[in-house]
Amino acid sequence: MFAYYLDLGLRSLRRNPALTALMVLAIGFGVAASMITYSVFRAVSGNPIPDKSAQLFTPQIDAWGPQQNLKGEPAEALNYIDAMALLRAHEAKRQTLLYPVALSVLPGGNRELPVAVSGYAVGSDFFPMFEVPFRYGGAWRAQDDDARAADVVISDELNQKLFRGADSTGRTINLGGHDYRVVGVTNHWNPRPRFYDLFSTSGFADEPDFYLPYSRALDLRMRTNGSNSCRGKLAYTGWDDYLQSNCVWITAWVELDNAAAVARYHRFLEAYAADQQKAGRFAWPPNVRLRDVMQWLDHEHVVPPESRISLAVALGFFLICLINTVGLLLAKFLRRAGEIGVRRALGASRREIYTQYLIEAGTVGLAGGVLGLLLTAVGVAGVGILFPPQIAQLAQLDVSLVGLTLIVAIAATVCAAFYPSWRAAHVQPAWQLKSS
Amino acid sequence: MKLHPMIAALRRHKAGVVLIALQIALTLAIVCNAIFIIGSRIERVNRPTGLDESNLFLVTQQWVGAPSADTADGVEKLDVMQREDLAALRNLPGVEAVAPTNSLPLLNSSWTGSVSLKPDTRPGDKSGTRTAYYFTDEQALSTMGLKLVAGRAFNAGDVRHQGFRDNPPRPALIVTKALADKLFPKGNAVGSVIYSDGSGAPSTIIGVVERLQIPATGSWGNNFTWYSTLVPTRLDANFTRYAVRTKPGQLDAVMRAVTPMLYKVDPMRVLDDDSVKSFADIRAKAYRADVGMAILMGVICLILIAVTAAGIVGLTSFWVGQRHRQIGVRRALGARKLDILHYFQLENLLIAGVGAVLGVLLAIGLNLWLITRYEMSHLPVLYVLVGTVAVLVLGQAAVFVPARRASNVSPVSATRAA
Repeated sequence: MFAYYLDLGLRSLRRNPALTALMVLAIGFGVAASMITYSVFRAVSGNPIPDKSAQLFTPQIDAWGPQQNLKGEPAEALNYIDAMALLRAHEAKRQTLLYPVALSVLPGGNRELPVAVSGYAVGSDFFPMFEVPFRYGGAWRAQDDDARAADVVISDELNQKLFRGADSTGRTINLGGHDYRVVGVTNHWNPRPRFYDLFSTSGFADEPDFYLPYSRALDLRMRTNGSNSCRGKLAYTGWDDYLQSNCVWITAWVELDNAAAVARYHRFLEAYAADQQKAGRFAWPPNVRLRDVMQWLDHEHVVPPESRISLAVALGFFLICLINTVGLLLAKFLRRAGEIGVRRALGASRREIYTQYLIEAGTVGLAGGVLGLLLTAVGVAGVGILFPPQIAQLAQLDVSLVGLTLIVAIAATVCAAFYPSWRAAHVQPAWQLKSS
Repeated sequence: MKLHPMIAALRRHKAGVVLIALQIALTLAIVCNAIFIIGSRIERVNRPTGLDESNLFLVTQQWVGAPSADTADGVEKLDVMQREDLAALRNLPGVEAVAPTNSLPLLNSSWTGSVSLKPDTRPGDKSGTRTAYYFTDEQALSTMGLKLVAGRAFNAGDVRHQGFRDNPPRPALIVTKALADKLFPKGNAVGSVIYSDGSGAPSTIIGVVERLQIPATGSWGNNFTWYSTLVPTRLDANFTRYAVRTKPGQLDAVMRAVTPMLYKVDPMRVLDDDSVKSFADIRAKAYRADVGMAILMGVICLILIAVTAAGIVGLTSFWVGQRHRQIGVRRALGARKLDILHYFQLENLLIAGVGAVLGVLLAIGLNLWLITRYEMSHLPVLYVLVGTVAVLVLGQAAVFVPARRASNVSPVSATRAA
């Protein structure tokens, strides 16, 4: 029976092409608008590290006080003094500091001019904490952090550029005028949003080229290439003054396995801030935060407002298209009241009429979905006009989006058809037969 | 024509009436807000920065193996290198003026601080006014094309240099008129003393420029968008930025010549594709999201209006088909074609009117929700009024074709079986 109804549905689509075209267009545009904006929204609001997002935390300590902090919230990064204190305390299973640095690299061979590269100064725990995949070699050892070793981990891309993709572990590269030994080459790794550095990025940036020990970077007085935020009177001169200032520029991350560890670490942060208050460094009670990855993404408003507004508008648009479809289906079905009357008189049950018209609506939905798919493909290619390239390239037409587009189109149209089908099923056969 | 029989007739078509009214209401709500968003984005994009934006470009470059800016010796060496670059750029054919700068409007790379009328303000003192600094030199005004409205421009004697993270006193400053008026409402800014960033060292305002936007375009800069301060100081760091004004029509030629020329001065530096950017590119990048949003909203509005109009045409056509016989009866009883036309038009006006009332409420509701979530402002009444009139006109336009068809129903059809 299903095949027969499907055939009837397809025939009916051809019967009044104008009405059909209108419905298909409405559903196609509606579903395409929703899917395009949803694909961007899905990309920017996703969990960048699903299996560990609940174990990674970024501590914040208010070193600015109630007068200058961010409406009660501590700064989004740490100053040097607090960051180093947290690292030295070693209260978590794993911990790292990080800040972005920009350097230049001198490629050998025939390219004489230096190229700019950007990366991060991190601790050795960074790699196991964030599950950085390696192609060759691995992270430097924990003692290399203390030894301020001139080690570096480079990205696959930089390895291609410098060593044509060969295993370069043990080789030397010149970064910013200093030699470093390559200890590892990562596989492509660029979690988006870049949860670990939301202080200096908006969460969407190209893959970093290298990672080097923070202890080495501080030794060489490398400035942060990212944000730097200070409060109050700025009277410092030179590097050492800068380190002692209240300027925040370092992000810290800790790995905590369970709720007890989280509670313990939170108590440690409170105790640390209380100690600073006692020592006279803070003139305010402890104000600390310990957010995990998803809380941090939410707090930092990673999802661009454009994405939410356009998703909301597109959903509203889809709703209107569906209301439109309800009206048009109603017109289409009831126009055939006579036909329904004949079928009912010949013994078709209400349920059968109901099924027939829902299947007919399904064919409309399918046609709308196919159109929507084409429009989505065009739209996904064109989201570059609305979003910066780093975000636009996240919107991709993959299998799940194709499936979702078709399912949403058919399901929505069938839902929209419930009322018109119900009306069709309740056509009184006697009246119809009498009047014609 | 009486409304009573019309309402009685509509009761027979509750579903269709509700659907059209709902569709009109939602369309009105979304279109009003979308057009309001478009309007505010366009207004934002079109505001002038205060610069003369044509024939202006920016060079950003990074030194390789340069001395550290943390030592007095390093700062001096970096300054020599920067002055060499400046001299070479100024000698380039087609160049009119060059100024070092830490940023430009719309570049979204800012150095912000606060200025106050009192010295040595304690941290947290609320008396300061937020400002964004431009560290530059005596060619700043001619390079950026700023208009001096009071006092004088910087001269070579005012210009100093400092390490990037140092905070020496700033004896001479030029501020924007907006900032001058905020600090000195009586208009006596020129010659007056202010204190920057809680410092105890006085800074004298030597000039006032008409307008200069801050580099930040994000919402965090909204409350000090026009409060810029020019400092006659070259910043010495491992990178430099130069704003270059070319002679009219020579922008492209000079932009092409800059990279090889700078490499000739000193090859130990990084200049890549992004290093030389025209101001037009900076502007396009800064407002990309705004322009994209406006286009998206515009497209959605157009499709929405088309869909709604098509829906009205579809449903009204269906009604006309259903009432074929009744129309014939009315015509046979003496109703003119015009009466039938008016009947359907009035019917549509009634439904659209109800939809519009509902839509106005929805539009205001949607706007209030957007205000709480996305820092939008209140929807002006004008938008709602124009929107209401527009959906009513849309309804009339959409209903015209089926209503005309209805008016052409021949009276004879009353006598025929349906």
